[in-house]
Amino acid sequence: MTARTVFTLAALTLREAARRRVLRALALLMVVLLALSGWGFSRLAGTELDGTELTSGETRLVAAQVLNLVMFGLSLIAALGTAFLSGPTLAGEIESGTALAVLARPVRRSTVLLGKWLGLVAFGSGVVVVAGLAQFLIVWGTLGYWPPQPVTGLALLAAQTTVLLTLGLLLSTVVSPMASGVMAVGLFGATWIAGMVGVVGQALGNEGVAAAGTVSRVLLPTDGLWRGAMNAFQDPIVLERLGGPALKGGFAFLSSAPLTAVYLVWVGVWIVLVLGLAALAFHRRDL
Amino acid sequence: MIGDPAARQGGSSLDAAERLLAELPPAPAAWCSGLHKRYRRRTAVDDVSFTVDRGEVVGLLGPNGAGKTTVIKILLGLVRADAGDVLLLGRPAGDPRARSRVGYLPELFRYQPWLTAAEVVALHVRLAGAQVSSRERRECLGLVGLADRAGDRVGGFSKGMQQRLGLAVALVARPEFVVLDEPTSALDPVGRADVRDLLTSLKARRVAVLLNSHLIGEVERVCDRVVVLDKGRVAASGTLAELLGQSELRLRLDGVGAEAEARLAAAGGLTRDGDAYTVTLSADQDTAAVPELVADLVGLGVRVHAVEPGRISLEERLLDILRATPGDEDR
Repeated sequence: MTARTVFTLAALTLREAARRRVLRALALLMVVLLALSGWGFSRLAGTELDGTELTSGETRLVAAQVLNLVMFGLSLIAALGTAFLSGPTLAGEIESGTALAVLARPVRRSTVLLGKWLGLVAFGSGVVVVAGLAQFLIVWGTLGYWPPQPVTGLALLAAQTTVLLTLGLLLSTVVSPMASGVMAVGLFGATWIAGMVGVVGQALGNEGVAAAGTVSRVLLPTDGLWRGAMNAFQDPIVLERLGGPALKGGFAFLSSAPLTAVYLVWVGVWIVLVLGLAALAFHRRDL
Repeated sequence: MIGDPAARQGGSSLDAAERLLAELPPAPAAWCSGLHKRYRRRTAVDDVSFTVDRGEVVGLLGPNGAGKTTVIKILLGLVRADAGDVLLLGRPAGDPRARSRVGYLPELFRYQPWLTAAEVVALHVRLAGAQVSSRERRECLGLVGLADRAGDRVGGFSKGMQQRLGLAVALVARPEFVVLDEPTSALDPVGRADVRDLLTSLKARRVAVLLNSHLIGEVERVCDRVVVLDKGRVAASGTLAELLGQSELRLRLDGVGAEAEARLAAAGGLTRDGDAYTVTLSADQDTAAVPELVADLVGLGVRVHAVEPGRISLEERLLDILRATPGDEDR
């Protein structure tokens, strides 16, 4: 009965995303981004530097950087899209009264929450995977570059979306739908900036500033996961040969190391903790 | 395991217990005791207890802000009571299964605007864990007058149509207990009459109903019992006969002799204004009392022009109750 309720609500959430034209809007944005990047990559293919064409290694380094830049835009659209979807789906239903009829059924609130979460995860991950694959194909077609660990990278991007929408769900159980979307996006941006500050700190050898990035990556793992995904998209051999100084200088769209297993476990724990908190807040709430 | 005598004995005692439970009279549709709820400094519900028996239609009455909707939400587990106990169809309200045979039309009725009416009904059947055929679901939508709008998105529905859909949602999963919170607030007179017919048919099928309505006439017509709430407390409760107490008989007569007057006085308290006589009858008098009185009067040579039964209306009684309730804490 519980599993049935979870799947019913997950399917309902997916149907909501499709019928409310969230999917169409996201698809449109993705197409624009992909078309622009396709045009950009095709121009990059024949670029000359100081009168000579780029070597294949240089092309690969540039391709990896620009790919990461575009993937960042893509993950941003997916993450923000789901964060704004996760707010209204719960807080909006409580506010409008739609939740009353649903929760008066023989269902637990935590089950309803889990179902919505599952639907949102499926939606966000689906968008990331489809758009990401399309992007890989564009880069492969124009520059002949294929990322070394596409599956790991896309999985990490999907995890980043999951983290943000879980946070959005927690916020939407306690504040209004609009506030929850704004707060989730604000926190996402703040962690990204803190991550950048941390990278600069690392480059300058300032441990205190570097710690800002580490702490923010533990508190909200979106930036950490993003850096892991970047690492999976770039060619390690080329990086080692050509990208050394760029990495040490803390370039925004290259990452020096893959994620550790401990960090991945922490991300899992983080999601469970935040979802548990959301369930608790939702359970205690008077409708 | 089956050959184990201890297990067999355990199994048979379990069977016996189940038989014993099955033979017990069914638990009331809803039972609540000592409900309390505070919102910050305001007490919304204060020591509310009542029962809705199987097959009974109970009206919940009271002025705005009396706590009626809060009580309903506590029964359905939508609001957490600070104190008190609730049993729905014999199960504690904390157990979601208690609501598997309960239908609910909220005061604030809203359904997923991106779904069609038929999809909303199907969703609720799934959530209730019930097996209801698509034909039966269509019939349910037909019952509330939405048969030809089943395939339309709810987002395009008027308020009245959404409320009709809410009724279908409340009734579709074959409930044994239905909670209707202001079921006619958005309906036109035809819709109200439809709801009255629905309530009558539920009553005929022995489905228990808790009805919160401001339309006292509606409550008076269909309810077996009434619970009056005021300032979060039960101000009065009982059957209509108990609450309304006496009824009266208004007669227009002439040729009333001393003997006829004595006969009238014997039937109940008598007042006279010209040729208009009013007899106050007690509630427990049997239904034959009025025709017997008229026959006797005719036998005594009285000319009977009019006989009109009068009743203290629920509205008058409700106003009496609410005005009599001491509101000391406000003064």
